Amino acid sequence: MSDLLKNIIRFFIFILVQVYVLFKIPHLHRLITPYLYFLFILWLPFSIPRFWQLVIGFLTGLTLDFFTGQLGFHAAACTLIAYVRPFVINILSPKDSSEFNYREPSPRALGWTPYAIYALVLTFLHHGYLVFLQWLSFGNLVSYLIKLVATTGISLLLIFTVELLFPRKLRYRTNA
Amino acid sequence: MRNIFLFIRRYFTFLSFLALQFFALSLLFRFNKYHRAVGLGKANEITGWFNSKYANVDQYFHLKKESDRIHKMNDSLLNLLKENFMKRDTSVNAVTDSIPYDTLGHYRRYYYREAEVVSNSFNFDKNYIQLNRGSRQGVKDNMGVLNSDGSLVGIVVNVSENFSQVMSLLHVDNRVSAMMKRSGNSGTISWDGSNPLYLTLKNIPKSDSVAVGDTVLTSEYSLSFPPRHLIGTVVAILTDKSSSTFYTLKIKAAANFQNLHHVFVVENLDRDEQEKLDKETKKKIEESKKTGR
Repeated sequence: MSDLLKNIIRFFIFILVQVYVLFKIPHLHRLITPYLYFLFILWLPFSIPRFWQLVIGFLTGLTLDFFTGQLGFHAAACTLIAYVRPFVINILSPKDSSEFNYREPSPRALGWTPYAIYALVLTFLHHGYLVFLQWLSFGNLVSYLIKLVATTGISLLLIFTVELLFPRKLRYRTNA
Repeated sequence: MRNIFLFIRRYFTFLSFLALQFFALSLLFRFNKYHRAVGLGKANEITGWFNSKYANVDQYFHLKKESDRIHKMNDSLLNLLKENFMKRDTSVNAVTDSIPYDTLGHYRRYYYREAEVVSNSFNFDKNYIQLNRGSRQGVKDNMGVLNSDGSLVGIVVNVSENFSQVMSLLHVDNRVSAMMKRSGNSGTISWDGSNPLYLTLKNIPKSDSVAVGDTVLTSEYSLSFPPRHLIGTVVAILTDKSSSTFYTLKIKAAANFQNLHHVFVVENLDRDEQEKLDKETKKKIEESKKTGR
């Protein structure tokens, strides 16, 4: 299966799971919204040009916004993490490029600790931006900070569950 | 000139990042300013298609609760039937009833359309509900939406051809005028964004003797909602030190927002006339101010 087709299928699965499973879960607590869809952006192949990563990020967010009714809300956050992603990968990837020949970020490609940091940083940025936007329009800061921490925790839990349940078949980068 | 192009090329990614951010934020703030989920148009039709597929499956799991609600509603309607009332013979002294009972004296003010909820959220600060009725079925902006048991749910804020978007009561920008059933004092319902079970009622004067358990209804002056429909019941009286003249009340919402399936969209048939009158009055007052009467 080509990367393109694989990612298109992933896109639909992530959006549908987010909208029809995670948003439909009975209200757990006012501070918790389970988010997982942005894992799609975390899993994008390394080889995509940075400009297209931004566009893909923006469209991912916008698609979710069409379902939730607040246009631009998730789109802004997704554009941010799509922009920051290459920098984080640069810092975390092994310096010796001969060791580093995987197609996309995964615990195996980066190693568990760097991958955890990668997921944590981007999750935190994504939720931080969402919470910031909510706070701008309404509400008090402290409850939103707690919300940021709680939501990040839940998201990381979901991400690692997904990583353990669905280990991706690793494909090496080839010259072809 | 060359330097400008070099600059753009060098920082192309960053500039496109800024452009996309600007676009996203302008969408967010422009549309939210009017509390409207507009600009959806075709996208509304597409998400609507997915949502109605989901709702088709999902509704089976809630049939029992739904039928209970409808049964209760039917019960209350059956009690209103004309056949339940019999006129005692009072022909000894003929009294003309001042309220005409027949259809000559009555005109319809509210028109109810049934609709089905295809998507519903309660996880956000700003929650919207999507219904499977749109402009083709006669739904327009600003119509009220009631749950299948007649309790208040929200207000239509945007319609596409076959679907409509409803601002739920669980929306931090939502302001609905309400009144206490017992005293008739009116106030404003809002939501603080924290718990989907509870709403806030403000502006009830302290002279009103509010007690826990009091019923809160839709106001009789609202342009969008039919009067005297249940919103909720008072569960707590919050002490508000900043305001000595008004109560702040915690209301338990009558509609269960986590379980909405069949709803009514209510049209106020007089709305256009009322709004027009309102506008013209304002204009008249302005003019009379200018001319000094």
